[in-house]
Amino acid sequence: MSPNRPITPSTLSPKDLPWQIDWNKSKCTLCGQCTTVCPVKAIELGVFRKREVKTPIGLLTPPKNEYSIYYGIRQKTDPAFSCIGCGMCSMVCPNGAIMPLHNDEKDKLIFHKNIGGKPRTRGGRRNESDSVLDRIKFIRISMLTDPAMDAGRHEFNLNTLLGRVLPPEAGLKAFQKNGWVPPVREIYPLIIGGMSFGALSPNMWEGLQMGVAYLNEEMGMPVRISTGEGGCPPRLLRSRFLKYVILQVASGYFGWDEIIHAIPHMKEDPCAIEIKYGQGAKPGDGGLLLWHKVNKLIAAIRGVPSGVSLPSPPTHQTQYSIEESVAKMIQSMSMAWGFRVPVYPKISATSTAMAVLNNLTRNPYASGLAIDGEDGGTGAAYNVSMNHMGHPIASNIRDAYLNLAKLGKQNEIPIFAGGGIGKNGNLAANAAALIMLGASGVQIGKYIMQAAAGCLGSESDRCNVCNIGVCPKGITSQDPRLYRRLDPEKVAERVVETFLSFDTEIKKIIAPLGRSTSLPIGMSDALGISDKDTAERLAIKYVV
Amino acid sequence: MCRLFALTSQDPVSPMLAIKALDVMREGHDGSGVGLFLSGLSGPFEDLTDCPILSGIFTTAGIRRLDKYMMDHDFMTKYKTSTRIFTAPPSGTPKRDVYLARAYEKPEAWKNMPQEQQEEEMVRIRLELRRMGEEKHDMTVFSFWPDTIMIKELGDPLTIGNYLGLDRKDFNARIILAQGRQNTNYAINLYACHPFFIQGICTMTNGENTAFLPIKEFLESRKILGYEGYQSDSEVFTHILHFTLKRLGLGIEAYKHIINPLGDKQIEEHPDGPFLKRLKETCRKLIIDGPNCVIGCLPDKSLFMVQDSKKLRPGVVGGKPGIYAFSSEVCGLDAILPDRDTTKDIQPMHLDTVIVPPTREEIHICRQTDPLHLQH
Repeated sequence: MSPNRPITPSTLSPKDLPWQIDWNKSKCTLCGQCTTVCPVKAIELGVFRKREVKTPIGLLTPPKNEYSIYYGIRQKTDPAFSCIGCGMCSMVCPNGAIMPLHNDEKDKLIFHKNIGGKPRTRGGRRNESDSVLDRIKFIRISMLTDPAMDAGRHEFNLNTLLGRVLPPEAGLKAFQKNGWVPPVREIYPLIIGGMSFGALSPNMWEGLQMGVAYLNEEMGMPVRISTGEGGCPPRLLRSRFLKYVILQVASGYFGWDEIIHAIPHMKEDPCAIEIKYGQGAKPGDGGLLLWHKVNKLIAAIRGVPSGVSLPSPPTHQTQYSIEESVAKMIQSMSMAWGFRVPVYPKISATSTAMAVLNNLTRNPYASGLAIDGEDGGTGAAYNVSMNHMGHPIASNIRDAYLNLAKLGKQNEIPIFAGGGIGKNGNLAANAAALIMLGASGVQIGKYIMQAAAGCLGSESDRCNVCNIGVCPKGITSQDPRLYRRLDPEKVAERVVETFLSFDTEIKKIIAPLGRSTSLPIGMSDALGISDKDTAERLAIKYVV
Repeated sequence: MCRLFALTSQDPVSPMLAIKALDVMREGHDGSGVGLFLSGLSGPFEDLTDCPILSGIFTTAGIRRLDKYMMDHDFMTKYKTSTRIFTAPPSGTPKRDVYLARAYEKPEAWKNMPQEQQEEEMVRIRLELRRMGEEKHDMTVFSFWPDTIMIKELGDPLTIGNYLGLDRKDFNARIILAQGRQNTNYAINLYACHPFFIQGICTMTNGENTAFLPIKEFLESRKILGYEGYQSDSEVFTHILHFTLKRLGLGIEAYKHIINPLGDKQIEEHPDGPFLKRLKETCRKLIIDGPNCVIGCLPDKSLFMVQDSKKLRPGVVGGKPGIYAFSSEVCGLDAILPDRDTTKDIQPMHLDTVIVPPTREEIHICRQTDPLHLQH
């Protein structure tokens, strides 16, 4: 280091960064693909000067310096350009000459990700790999007193209900009298949760929609997908595929002008309306679409000017109290579709969830409750919100179910769980655990991005740049140069593959438990965990 | 596994007949217990059709407490058949003081009470006696209902039958349900023994209900008198049937639509499709799972058998006008009704409910795909 090189408090070395670039000079062909592909410009072409001291034998010729230069890859240490570990450089390198490696100790960058006084914002996940759901085991195995079912040969009924179900006596009475009953949809218990058109690229959205349509129409699986808060493309609103879609309305009401105007032209009712009050990844915070991603198309669908950031308020502005406003909003939405479409709120998991649930039990129009846990993902949020705000999903779902069981309403208001399902890849096991704790179904977001589109995010803060539109896979980018990397047809294929393999795996879980005729909602006697406190908290068995 | 045998006969027969059938099928149960439900009683109980009969097992102290309780509630004993045995019990059977079946005259205060309320009262009294008995371990009460005797005991069915002298005329009946039990838990609670009974509805099961816990939670949360104290996963079958008949006002042909609803496609094609869809949705928590063969008796003394949706358990019905029997295995039928026309035996499949009405003229088969006879 030259003596006059300034050292500021935020001057870091590669060792201080979370990711270090390991570049191999002897393999590198200097093609430049890595520097081009790097979404955050963390690497650049470097010109290195090298001195070699030549010391001949004997004393007659004095030693001398020989200077040479060589070209290679240099990693930037400016916090604004630190490597995010996405590994695209290594993906494009023809010779395998470059790869990001994770620091073997906690990085120092974390202390400097606030240049200009702005705390870090990012997309992604909580970066915590521990999962209670992963630790839950299925312990009630049918063998001799009753034979296990055959996951491969027997017939299984895995569908679940979305909608307010009347108690048996009232339901049959309404049937006899031909009275109104709340709308109920029979759907597949694995739902693609709300990721907006805007947060996701057009190719990703199209791929997901195509995959869902294929699953419904060719595979006979009633899979549903939520739009997230960002409206819905006009053609989809007017197509027969709308019945596979859950339209989400959130505090920014983005896209709802378009939706309301499309109602008279709708060929089909949407599957349901989801009113988002909270998101597990950043509870108490609204949606956030940064200006990078608000291009003309997004702006048109959302009904906003392009190139401006779109932060949704943390709460619905019309809302004063749950008793009044939530009920009104549910009723207005129900009325808009002639009381033919289920309307349910989605909240972030919270210690106050029971108050919401208890209120919904008294509202005959509330069709369910979706609860999103702290492990949920997001396109954009403050780092602190993502890492530290929120409630784990398992105990929240369990409390909600037991609360309903106490009221005798466990079949009446379905609870849907979201947030961290399959975060370590164990999708079917996590989903089955939540269902047996009491969920009627689960919502996934990050998992489908990873499985269907190759999202690079992981629980060790890898990539996580969904917020600024530079997604190297083109999943969360609005830049055509990036999203053309993603072929919608291939995404659709992967969606279908993911659901089909989930279907087999979930059967492989419930068949040995002796279940096949209905989804084992609340079958907590099949669950065990090797931690006494967790077992007690979730009212499941403690097993070691 | 358990083995089941039930019969319905124009002329009263001894329960030993059913026990003999269980004995023929003994390879299928381990002789750890037997349960009996007797109705259409003859002999001294025949004329007491209006008198609720209390069945149970008591200690000497328990009998005293029972007498006091019943007298306090203005019940008069009309007839009793108590069995006090002074010989040592067979191995595996505990020594009991008194096996009791006692018919009571209803209290004065019930004279003008509506039938429905009387039925509630009988359940309430049975539950109260059960609770009292559980407190001091001196009473075990199986049923309190007119024209109904229930006996449950641990041990080999045939040995128990002889030990209790069940060939006495007092026990002759037109409807008999008998279960030979396989002990799947060491500390057998008699309340976990089949058959199970509530308000004239009785069922017994060969099988395992893997959806027991959510169903139990759902039934308990109905807050209906008697839906409590579950000791067996099969007890919920009785209560689901009770719920179907008494709360939903539906017939036995709807029972299978609740415990094993048809698939969506079949429901769409069914003449009562919209009704069945509603039934499936609202009663979703009552869907059973696992391998099960259920045999039961309805308040009108019809006997029925239903199978699980995959027909994983054996079951056969056969007989001739005047006498029909339901058995886990054909050898049970052969032992009791050797002269029946075996070509008319029916092994109900996954969609069938087999019913023998109290006329005992023929066997009715109700397929789930058939139209329901709904009252509009």
